[in-house]
Amino acid sequence: MLSIISLSIFGILNLFLGFLKSRQVLLPATLLFLLVALVLNSLDWNDQALYFSDMLRVNNLFVNFSAIVLVTSLFVVGLSRTFGGDDEHTHPAEYYAILLFSIAGALMMIGFENLIMLFVGVEVLSVAMYVLTGTDKRNLRSNEAALKYFLMGSFATGILLFGVAMIYGATGSFKLGGIATYVEVAIRYGSVSPLLYVGLLLLFIGMLFKVSAAPFHFWTPDVYEGAPTIFTAFMSTVVKTAGFAALYKLASVAFGGAYGFWAQTMAIVTVLTLLVGNITAAYQTSFKRMMGYSSISHAGYLLLGVVANVSASPSAILFYSLAYSLATVSAFGVLMVVSEKKLYEGGADERYEAFNGLAKSNPLLAFVMTISMLSLAGIPLTAGFWGKFFIFSAAVQANLTSLLVIAVLMSCVGIYYYFRVIISMYLKPSDENPVIVSNGFKLTLLLTTALTLLLGVFPDLVKNIF
Amino acid sequence: MIPEVVQTIPLQYYIYLATALFVIGIVGVLTRRNAIIIFMSVELMLNAVNLLLIAFSVYRSDPNGQVFVFFIMAVAAAEVAIGLALIVVIYRNVRSLDIGLLNKLKW
Repeated sequence: MLSIISLSIFGILNLFLGFLKSRQVLLPATLLFLLVALVLNSLDWNDQALYFSDMLRVNNLFVNFSAIVLVTSLFVVGLSRTFGGDDEHTHPAEYYAILLFSIAGALMMIGFENLIMLFVGVEVLSVAMYVLTGTDKRNLRSNEAALKYFLMGSFATGILLFGVAMIYGATGSFKLGGIATYVEVAIRYGSVSPLLYVGLLLLFIGMLFKVSAAPFHFWTPDVYEGAPTIFTAFMSTVVKTAGFAALYKLASVAFGGAYGFWAQTMAIVTVLTLLVGNITAAYQTSFKRMMGYSSISHAGYLLLGVVANVSASPSAILFYSLAYSLATVSAFGVLMVVSEKKLYEGGADERYEAFNGLAKSNPLLAFVMTISMLSLAGIPLTAGFWGKFFIFSAAVQANLTSLLVIAVLMSCVGIYYYFRVIISMYLKPSDENPVIVSNGFKLTLLLTTALTLLLGVFPDLVKNIF
Repeated sequence: MIPEVVQTIPLQYYIYLATALFVIGIVGVLTRRNAIIIFMSVELMLNAVNLLLIAFSVYRSDPNGQVFVFFIMAVAAAEVAIGLALIVVIYRNVRSLDIGLLNKLKW
């Protein structure tokens, strides 16, 4: 709980650091702030309590999800390299501050106990992301992505709020506990208000918009492609983790009693998400756009954990988010350096061809990318394999056999488009000069890769904590 | 006093009105081409929610709904600030607000 307060204060501090002439202090300061927040967050371990007039629940699930969000943000900030150096059109202090504020929003989404807190958290996170998507002000693609994200995001918020209002009308409470009690009693006596069903549906649609599940995914590839790569990395990891924490909490805590009502619908959404994400990703020519669709497909696997709704679900979702976040951050990190110097149609070259011959020009980056792609594809000895394994075993426990078959088939499709990158790195000729990376950047990439491999060999290291 | 005045109209009618406003907002978002009008439609959706929350809150004599309305108004104000800023940036670059012109991102 202290982590939320401290992040908000650190964000403001960061704005003041922007007055300094030197921009070198911003990156270490932000890293320090995130580390402090991580330590404060771990102080909440085994602290079962409600804070802020019963608006926020701190428990171990909250601490775990927050830790994943904070660690991922640390890596993303480690890759940020003060956002374009000394270009006077960039405002790194503001970017770091907005990042910190949005992480505070993500933590609120993870820990909410009251729908008011959920709404505030979602909005703090989303509004910050709209700004960050549009930070490349002169670039039309960034502008377009920001406007699309903004219009779709606030549309989704409207739907989510209408759902909340309907649920309030039916249950008379915004508290998860109050809603759960109403749902249980009303279903036992067969007197469920139709408002509850409408509200539940709209609330879930709003949340599915935010985590980009099909058929509410159409904004995702555009926004991911148009946003500056560093913020795409942030968006596809932190926002997704927080969104799934919130969705899981809604589905299992507040509406666990109405499982029979939403399970069927969510199962259909899961299948659609898996199909759309994986099959469309296979047709992409741009690597960054492929990562957009790949994030949709990973939303599908995470949804599988939500639909299963068994006792193993939360730890499976946690592990999957961690594995996915680590791999995605390193993939986007490599993309950032590789695409920076090359031009294609007036913008950075983000096609698969940008990776041609990377194994020769920079073997380290090629190795990092390979591990990250293997992890995303779910190949053994990487964290991604265990992520899929835990999610699938949760689905087995819940007897979701047909869903499981589709998920396994779709992860085979995934291998195709992830391996395209590896093939162009190792088997295509290179005509480019060697790619040079700074030490801090290298360190971050090596850390994410090492963690991916470590969790691939010893998944129990974190699985026992979750 | 005010609660009695609000309650002179049955709750159903508030739900119908709010739903109608909400649907008008959704249709506006889906059919209009001008970014500002889409934005106005989103605001209409949010205000439909406010109306609904207040009606429920009065009928249940529970202040929580009204508190939520304040949160929605505050957040909507922040969203307006960000949204208009984004629209200004785009207008400076494109000299138009037609979302049909935003087609750089396609496969």
